[in-house]
Amino acid sequence: MTTMQTSMPAQAVYKDTRSLWEKLRTNRNWLALWFMLPTAAFLILFLAYPLGLGVWMSFTDERIGRTGIFVGLENYEWLWNDSIFWLSVFNTLLYTIIASVIKFAVGLYLALLLNRHMPFKAMIRAIVLVPFIVPTVLSAIAFWWIYDAQFSIISWSLIKLGLIDHNINFLGDPNMARGSVIFANIWRGVPFVAITLLAGLQTVSPSLYEAATLDGATDWQRFRYITYPLLTPIIAVVMTFSVLFTFTDFQLVWALTRGGPVNATHLMATLSYQRGILSGRLGEGAAIATAMIPFLLAAIAISWFGMQRRKWQQGSDND
Amino acid sequence: MASVQISDVRKSFGGFEVLHGVSIPIEDGAFVVLVGPSGCGKSTLLRMLAGLENITSGTIAIGDRVVNNVQPKERDIAMVFQNYALYPHMTVAQNMGFSLKLRNAEANDISTRVKKAAEILDLAPLLERYPRQLSGGQRQRVAMGRAIVRDPQVFLFDEPLSNLDAKLRVAMRTEIKELHQRLKTTTVYVTHDQIEAMTMADKIVVMHDGIVEQMGSPLELYDHPENQFVAGFIGSPAMNFLNGHLKVNGAQPYVETDNGSRLPISSAPAASDGRPVIYGVRPEHLDLASDGIEVEVAVVEPTGSETQIVARIGSQELIAVFRDRHQVAPGDKIHLRPRAEVAHLFDKDTGRRL
Repeated sequence: MTTMQTSMPAQAVYKDTRSLWEKLRTNRNWLALWFMLPTAAFLILFLAYPLGLGVWMSFTDERIGRTGIFVGLENYEWLWNDSIFWLSVFNTLLYTIIASVIKFAVGLYLALLLNRHMPFKAMIRAIVLVPFIVPTVLSAIAFWWIYDAQFSIISWSLIKLGLIDHNINFLGDPNMARGSVIFANIWRGVPFVAITLLAGLQTVSPSLYEAATLDGATDWQRFRYITYPLLTPIIAVVMTFSVLFTFTDFQLVWALTRGGPVNATHLMATLSYQRGILSGRLGEGAAIATAMIPFLLAAIAISWFGMQRRKWQQGSDND
Repeated sequence: MASVQISDVRKSFGGFEVLHGVSIPIEDGAFVVLVGPSGCGKSTLLRMLAGLENITSGTIAIGDRVVNNVQPKERDIAMVFQNYALYPHMTVAQNMGFSLKLRNAEANDISTRVKKAAEILDLAPLLERYPRQLSGGQRQRVAMGRAIVRDPQVFLFDEPLSNLDAKLRVAMRTEIKELHQRLKTTTVYVTHDQIEAMTMADKIVVMHDGIVEQMGSPLELYDHPENQFVAGFIGSPAMNFLNGHLKVNGAQPYVETDNGSRLPISSAPAASDGRPVIYGVRPEHLDLASDGIEVEVAVVEPTGSETQIVARIGSQELIAVFRDRHQVAPGDKIHLRPRAEVAHLFDKDTGRRL
């Protein structure tokens, strides 16, 4: 108590003589803000502003070359009764769900395989990355030839092998076309999942596997109780990105089918482009694009709350 | 509990042999410490015992069963790893009960056994914590708890204390020894720290470059090292070695150093006069005496309980430890007399004890 009393007057004497500008310039919290400003400005200009503009546009009847007027929810009401829009929603969900699940399964399997000791490991890892490195449009063109109605190498091979007697109509039949674009998307997406999960696998200490082996775990139990739970944080991040990329995919489908045959492969992104840019109805196109946002937010929310529950990752309290 | 028999075990990685025929008998219930410098093969041997490494040749038997081709999980051993290898996503209780869960034990049974082990190790209040929330010493105890829950035939410890600070290390040393006295499970313990070996072991196995240099009780190794390596490795501060020649022609045999000092020995081994030898004497076996050899003090290191003096004799260095407090300062000339009855002689070429 005595020490407190004696120190009190000393404190009162101290007076901050710095100017307001000086304080703002050196205060730690404000300093952080200063450093963030350039990035924030960049993000606002190139991300937030176009996004806001897009959402605004979806409430107008803007067309290319003519400023629109505010029409409220008219675009959305129109879409609500548009069967092609609903078909594109269905296609997008189908495309995203099937492709993501398969990408996850194949990617995880590849990652586990690449994590083992084997000859030419570095080279095989490099080869696995190839589909990811090739520009999307380039690989789409390759797939376009692979799926070509007349010159498809798959049809040709199967005919030569005597398994079928006429060319497969890869991109002409609605369901075949859906399958074909999904396959192409999987081919492109697997390396990203595989390499990222491989990086995650390599952070798992080998001694944990040894400990589990001595504890009596079989290969499957080691995966089930050690690898998988330790990998969940990375799986959550990778699959969030994978789902977001797949859901918003445009290039591959546009280069392969342009949404055909008869809108069977139209995704929300391709439909939005077709209506907004090609047909010039910017308002309607913006409304389709804006309609994707709730789906994307839902995907992020799921992974966010999934990751939140990993209690073992957080805190190192010693209390 | 079981005995362990390691017979002429060899291990090669690629074409490179790291263990050159090691044989170690381990009695039932013994606490055996494998000790040696880095790269001597002690950890490899332990991992072979655990089943984490293949045995190139020779046999390892646990109890009556040769385990060369037995899966790790069938060997009924438990191992404590250097980095503890605790499962970060499991609580302390789950970590300890994991092996029982894999054996499809009943939940009740698991929880009883985990609680019992937790009480032995003072872990009861921490059972619901995650490894991240534990201190180094607590993690160490959880790793031990995971081992004892299973009640295995043999415990293996792979440098379990090397990640702890000095004070905790001493405390855990005592704890592990106490645990062994209580459970009496056969234990094989690997360390590079000879003090751990001396304080904990029933039997020490000193390894070096893939061979066993010597095995025996701590004091046997301390009093009768079979070669210069063991003599230098066991004991801290390390034994002093002085080069010299044996003089046996007079009434009293002695060793003459290169600069002419006479080092006393109690009895001359069967060897010829003038044979080059290495004279070994432990720092605590040097006394201040006016008829001793003259040395120059280089450094004085007081630790409170004792004083360590580094001195020079010609080009060679000598360390002496005194319990009494003598007034010496760097640069002083003092006379040190080795105790003849506890001096060691080693062959200069082979390093073997004479």
